[in-house]
Parts: sequence; structure tokens; C-alpha cells
Amino acid sequence: MSEDISPVLSVKDLKVVFSTRKGEVHAVNTINFDLNSGELLGVVGESGSGKSVTMMSLLSLLPSPPAKINGGTVSFEGKDLLKMNQKEIRKIRGGKIGFIFQDPMTSLNPVFSVGFQIMEPLKKHMGLTGRKAQDRALELLELVGIPDPKKRFKDYPHQFSGGMRQRVMIAIALTCNPKLLIADEPTTALDVTIQAQILELVRDLRKKLGMAIIWITHDLGVIAGIATRVIVMYAGQIVEQANVDELFANPQHPYTQALIETIPAVRGERTKRLNSIRGQAPTTLIEPHFCSFHPRCDFAFNKCTSINPQLIEQRKNHLVACHLFEDKEVAVG
Amino acid sequence: MADPRQEIEPLVEVRDLKVYFPIQAGVLRRKVGEVKAVDKVSLDIMKGETLGLVGESGCGKTTAGRAILRLNDITDGTVRIKGKYIHESSHKELRKIRPTMQMIFQDPQESLNPRMTVSAIISEPLTEHQSMSKKEREERVFDLMDSVGLNRDFASRYPHEFSGGQRQRIGIARALALNPELIVCDEPIAALDVSIQAQVVNLLEDLQEERNLTYLFISHDLGMVRHIATRVAVMYLGQIVEIGKSDSLYSSPLHPYTEALLSAVPEANPEIERTRKAIVLSGDVPSPANPPEGCNFCNRCPKAFAICLEVEPTLTEIEPGRFVSCHLYNG
Repeated sequence: MSEDISPVLSVKDLKVVFSTRKGEVHAVNTINFDLNSGELLGVVGESGSGKSVTMMSLLSLLPSPPAKINGGTVSFEGKDLLKMNQKEIRKIRGGKIGFIFQDPMTSLNPVFSVGFQIMEPLKKHMGLTGRKAQDRALELLELVGIPDPKKRFKDYPHQFSGGMRQRVMIAIALTCNPKLLIADEPTTALDVTIQAQILELVRDLRKKLGMAIIWITHDLGVIAGIATRVIVMYAGQIVEQANVDELFANPQHPYTQALIETIPAVRGERTKRLNSIRGQAPTTLIEPHFCSFHPRCDFAFNKCTSINPQLIEQRKNHLVACHLFEDKEVAVG
Repeated sequence: MADPRQEIEPLVEVRDLKVYFPIQAGVLRRKVGEVKAVDKVSLDIMKGETLGLVGESGCGKTTAGRAILRLNDITDGTVRIKGKYIHESSHKELRKIRPTMQMIFQDPQESLNPRMTVSAIISEPLTEHQSMSKKEREERVFDLMDSVGLNRDFASRYPHEFSGGQRQRIGIARALALNPELIVCDEPIAALDVSIQAQVVNLLEDLQEERNLTYLFISHDLGMVRHIATRVAVMYLGQIVEIGKSDSLYSSPLHPYTEALLSAVPEANPEIERTRKAIVLSGDVPSPANPPEGCNFCNRCPKAFAICLEVEPTLTEIEPGRFVSCHLYNG
């Protein structure tokens, strides 16, 4: 990654709140990140950490109300996605930005054939018709590894297995040669052997097509194998961000450290006792003026309960939001 | 435990267990075929051990677990728990044995009655199976809540007021209420977040130690099974393809399916990931209504040869305590 190239996507100070009966939930609280071309950015976090909400808010996919974007900018190709009207954003969605969802059964329309669903964006975004659209659709099915695409073209989603459906979803997301692909837990609903097939396919496609990818997951194993850079989210905030090797070799934030340690390995030494993180993730009903992780943190001190730590560069290209490191940063700078 | 087979008798003995579900079609709902959810499964669960049962979705691991507790009807085969055959027992007889065998379910949201308070949920097995005074029962509920790490003050709350991990603790307390010997844990951590999974697994391990429990731990999380299980059985398409001690099974898998399955698990370590060669299996799992001729795995097996397409392999002991169902090892 050279630094003079402008990023594909740049998110600045993004805030998303949901209004509920109990008050406003700060689902995403001041998020900043850049995505460079060709990068695969992994976003990890537990349920409710705001990872999906962040990505869906980029493309105005959240129902509003209850969701409300409370400030921030998202620049993509020099334009702010958050300022676009419905018509403009619709051109981007499924066009320059493709989306893959977790459950391929509920995100495909059961009453239309798979072929029809792949041709739809081709007709809408690319202006292809008839024969041309069909040829391109067949090409895409072949690209994502569906055997005998001509025969499967007229089949309906229920006639495909889970792994095959996810391949179809990927084909649809790729129809318009997107510059950015957002994949939200794309392998979570799949079995490990099928997950291995899909990961293989994505690695392959990335080499061939070279688009930037944002990959949301809770599975650190998947991230370790596929991402180039990783963002760790907790309670609506980014707590750590680094290149994949750096993050796993030198996790800095106590949450990231604990998260990596809680996973029992399939290879190597067998763990005697699992390290667990005590307590549970907080609700985000109040806008935090403290570190959200402090009730579960072994290293928390009084500052953690009164000031929300900022994400600062602690090592080269390695950002951490934790008071433990702030003094160090001052000392260096 | 050096070798559980020699020192400890099995608590559960399952022989040739079959659970078939009929496929019905037409106006008359005539039976046109059957789904062989569990097909000729034989296994022992030793006293005090944790037997891990792994496999992908649809392989029949949950059905097998439920059938062992007689929560599903058994098509054929025998199940013996504590020396008593229960595969033909009537419901009345089963009721007497039920307190020794309990179950923890995957989704604590769905397995807890939303209209019952925590104390009602935990005390229900006590009212059903034991005659206790109200006072005694209350004491017992508090004891159980203490042992699973739930605050006593929450006894009169409802399940929706708890988080996923806490709900799973309620389910565990309920399963413990009657001092069971065997607990079938059906994907107990699948619905939980990573940081909560470790809490629940540690709790299960502590309880096992305290109460000398025997677990059948059904899961698709191969890392967690390796951690918790003494022995592991791998299922594919309704059959057990391999059983062995956890350590040896993970370090040297023998059946080609076990090998592929383990190789496909990603590790949270980019260095390992870069060099890891997953054996990518082609295609999908066939339908259990129409399994292939010969070995169930033959159409996806990278090592299949002529005999695999014709003859069904049997589960054979090839090392002490290590059973494999594969023609590669039957010679």
C-alpha cells in the first residue's frame, strides 16, 4: 500500500443511532477508517458490536426510522454517499458496490430463477439486454464455479445447496464489476468444508478481479486466512486496527488479546483451560464517556471509567483505542 | 484416564442405532422412501468422560443424541443406559429413568418458556419428579443458580431479561436439577458469542469435575470439541466414520473425511493460515434419503478406489480404542 494513492472508501466520524422505547442506542459511535484499492479489510466483532450496521449505513440500507445517521461522511470516488438521494445511491448499490449477505436463502428471491436474478442488475446498471445479458450471466456463473451453468440457469434458489446459493450471491454481487465488495458474514451459515470452498473462491476472484473487499465476520480464523488488514469493533467503536500479521502477532487492546486467547486451536498444543472474558457486552444506551470495555477489562484503572479513549497510532499502521497506551504515545511523540 | 475402556464401564452403550424418517407423498400420504438420519450407529460413552460428536449440518448428530435419550423414536438398534435397555421402554418406564439423563439445547431462547420465571423453569423438573416441600425446592433452586453462576436475586425474572450466555446457564441449571449422570449437550455454545462461549465451556467443565457428569457434546465447532472432549466421534451422512481419543484423532486423522474436515478449519493465526492446505472437498453432502452405493463418502472422497463404490465399509477397531470405517484400513 503506497500512501499517495487515495483510498477507495473513506469513512469519517460516522455515527448511527437507533431510536428505541428505552432511548437512543448508539450502535455506531464515531467510526473512522479508509479502504485502499485491492485491500481486503476484515471487520471483526461480536454480535451487537455494530459491524453490520456500519456497513449497511454506508449504502443507506438501514430502515429510517428507527435508524438515524447522526453525522459523518463516507466518501467513495470523491462523492459523499451519505448526501446522495435514493436515486443516486441506487445506482451505486449493486453497481460499483456489491453486497453479499449472510444467509443466501433469505437474500435470494425464491420466486425468480437464479438466471433472472443475475440478469437483473445487468439490465438495470449495465443496460445489457436479451442475449448479451444472458451470456454475461452464464459467464459469471462459470466464474463462481457453478458446474454446468447452462443447465442451472433456469433453476430456482431452493434447488441449490447452501454453498451453491452463496456462489450465486457472489455472482450477483460481481455483475457490474464492482470496485468494492461488502461481504457480511458470508460463510457463517455454511459448514466448514463448504466455507473452505467459498474462501478459496474469494481468494481466487480477488486475484483475478482485484476489487477491494470488506469482510465482516465474528470468526477470527477466517479473518486470519483472508484479510490483509483488520478492524476490531466493540460496542459500536473501533478498538484496534492493524495489518493482519501485526494484529495477530502483537494484539494490543486487552479485548483483542482476550478474544484471540479464548479460541481453542485445532492444531498444535491443546489448551488446558480456556481464557474467558468475564461479564458480557454492554448495551449502548448511553453515549460512552468512558471505555466501553472497562467493566470486563483486567487492566482497567480510574481513567477508563471517566474518559472514552481515542483511536491513536501506537505502532506503525497499528491503531489502538486504550488508555494503557496513551502515555506511551505521548512519550514517543 | 489412561485407557477408559479397561478401567471404567460404559454408562451408555448404543448398538446399530437407526433412526429413519418416512418420506410421504401424494394425497394418501403413502410412504415413498425414508431419510436415513442415523444409520447403524454404535458407540459407548464411558462414565465421567466427554464424548464429542462432530459433523456437518444434516449428518444426524442431533438426531442421534436425541434418540439416545429416547426423545426421538428409534427405528432399530439398542440403547443401554446404566445397564438398562431403554430402546423399547414404555413412556411410563422411561419417566423413571429420565432424571439420570438430561439435555442442554442449542438455542436457550427457544428452549426456555418465555412465560415462566427462572425459578419456575429450574424447579419444574423437581416438581415433576421429586416430592419436596416448597421451602426445600426454593433452597434447591438457589443452590443450582449458585452453581451455574446466576445471581439469586434474578430468580423471579423472565428469560427475555437475560443475555444469551445467562440463558444458557438457566438451561444448564434446569438440566442439573435432578442430579443426572448423563447430559446430552446439543450445540450448547453455537448461538453464543466467542467471549461467552469460553465462559459456558469452562462452567460445563467445572460442573463435570464437581458432579462426575458424563457428557455427550454435540457440536460442529471442531476446536471447542478438541478442547472439551476425551474421545471424539465423527459423523458423516448418518454414520460414524471414525472414533478415537481426542488427541490422536486430531493429530493423525485416519478417515479421509476426518482429514478433510480438520484441514478445512481456519486457525486464528495468519502464519499457519498462509501455509495451511485445506483439502477442498468437491460437491455437497448427498441426501440421506438417497445415499450413494458402497461407502457413503465415495463420491467426494479424494482417495476412493473401486471397492468403495460397491461395498459399504464397517466400523473396525484398527488400534486399541480407535475405530475407522474405511476400506483403506480394512485390508
